[in-house]
Amino acid sequence: MYGTGLMKGMAVVLKTMLFKPPFTVQYPEQRVEPPRRFRGASFVWYEDRCTGCSTCAKACPQGNIEIVTSAGQYNQYFVEKFDIDHLRCMFCGLCVEACPYDALFMGGDFENASYSRAALVVGKKLLNAAAPTRIPSSYFHPELDHIDITSGRPVPEIRKAEQEKNQDIGWASR
Amino acid sequence: MTLRTDPVTINFGPHHPSTHGVFQMRITADGEVITNLEPVMGYLHRGCEKLSEGRTYTQLVPLTDRLDYLSPMSNNVACVLAAEKLGEIPVPERAQYIRVIMAELQRLANHGAMTGFLLNDLGTFFTLFHYTMREREKILDLFEMTCGTRVTVSYMRPGGVLQDLPEEFMPRLRALLDELPQRLDEYEALITENEIVLARTKGVGVMPREMALAAGCSGPMLRGSGVKWDIRKNDPYGIYDRFQFDIPVGTNGDVYDRYWVRIQEMRQSVRILEQAYRDIPQGDVRTRLPLFFRLPTGEAYARIEAPKGELGFYLVSDGGIAPYRLHVRSPSFINLGVLRDLTVGYTVADAVITLGSVDIVLGEVDR
Repeated sequence: MYGTGLMKGMAVVLKTMLFKPPFTVQYPEQRVEPPRRFRGASFVWYEDRCTGCSTCAKACPQGNIEIVTSAGQYNQYFVEKFDIDHLRCMFCGLCVEACPYDALFMGGDFENASYSRAALVVGKKLLNAAAPTRIPSSYFHPELDHIDITSGRPVPEIRKAEQEKNQDIGWASR
Repeated sequence: MTLRTDPVTINFGPHHPSTHGVFQMRITADGEVITNLEPVMGYLHRGCEKLSEGRTYTQLVPLTDRLDYLSPMSNNVACVLAAEKLGEIPVPERAQYIRVIMAELQRLANHGAMTGFLLNDLGTFFTLFHYTMREREKILDLFEMTCGTRVTVSYMRPGGVLQDLPEEFMPRLRALLDELPQRLDEYEALITENEIVLARTKGVGVMPREMALAAGCSGPMLRGSGVKWDIRKNDPYGIYDRFQFDIPVGTNGDVYDRYWVRIQEMRQSVRILEQAYRDIPQGDVRTRLPLFFRLPTGEAYARIEAPKGELGFYLVSDGGIAPYRLHVRSPSFINLGVLRDLTVGYTVADAVITLGSVDIVLGEVDR
């Protein structure tokens, strides 16, 4: 009979309309927390771990990271400049993957609109100021998947999780 | 008395929502019947092939996300397969299974989105689209918890995948697999027997089997015309030879058959996912490679059955850390070649749904 297919369709629509809760979230008021591995914009960089080797800068497909180092005594390098250009960054995470010293992490933030272009080139000063409070993403660092992110100072927790990981095999298992 | 009308040229697009991107159809119509159609593309050309010549093999992967942005996982797989084929890089067992899971989830997401868009083109204002997007959202959530982003995933690496699945992935996948067959039944209840859909899609945009073969069409376009050709079966890559699944084929090669083939493929994808869920082993997910590894001089062509058809990456290496030349055989572009033949003689409204049934993504057409 003509119309039975239509009726079947309407039954599905009615069922969904009446008995299913809305799937959408009213964004500015309600929020969905991104997962721990979210590759966000707020990079976390620990200067004490960074040796200025520029592996991250080489791994970056766009060449966003600018590093200037100066030589100190005893084969030591000081990182003079560590600029990440968020304007061109596509958050692919290859820099985090390349870092041999676990100094660079992705962050969990995604609201990075700014009124000026200059503010989106994040330098050493800003990264240093933010490092103690920002929670690093567990992207490419699965040992951080379950750290307690509610505590305001996550760094000790991260150290602990990493120590546990280092007893394990390491790079290849990630 | 017959009325004589002058032919009208309609610039359909590039900013028309029904062209699925920045694609222009220059339609010459006599009344409402199309007498000629000229596809105009290139508005989204970003030079991905040239860009890739300055990038290492790992850095190619984020680039391929941007080709077919509705199925980035499949693109990733094809890209790294070419590098692995040339360098004879081994891939661990678990990584192979993860690739299959990701590629099949991506097929579900892509076909869902395509079916939703097709119904939009037919005038079902966002009803089915919302349903399919709801399921796609759950799949993208799985991607996000695995690799950190929803669309620009960059998950595959030469020699495996980026990192292992998180602990909560498998239970979430199980829940999704339990839910999906029911959802697919719902989609079918909405469309497959719907009289309006049948009236609009049956016998429209008919592509005979010979034309499909001559034009080099692939994927659901080819199978909709009744050719049983699926690279997962006919030229298996990865571990696809271990899975049991059928290849659905259409009979008439019209818009309806192309839609039907896609819905049946989604059911087969669920079947493959069930097997992968059952069989996935523990172990390494990545072969250790240097940061800038070199591939031997030579060339390799790797092809996969992407959701839209045969996606191939042709890689030429001169022994350096970056490819000497990369060519992408994109299914959308080649499937578009028959658009003129499919639409001439039908109305403008039929051209819209025919284009919808080709399932193009302009990022891939223009590269």
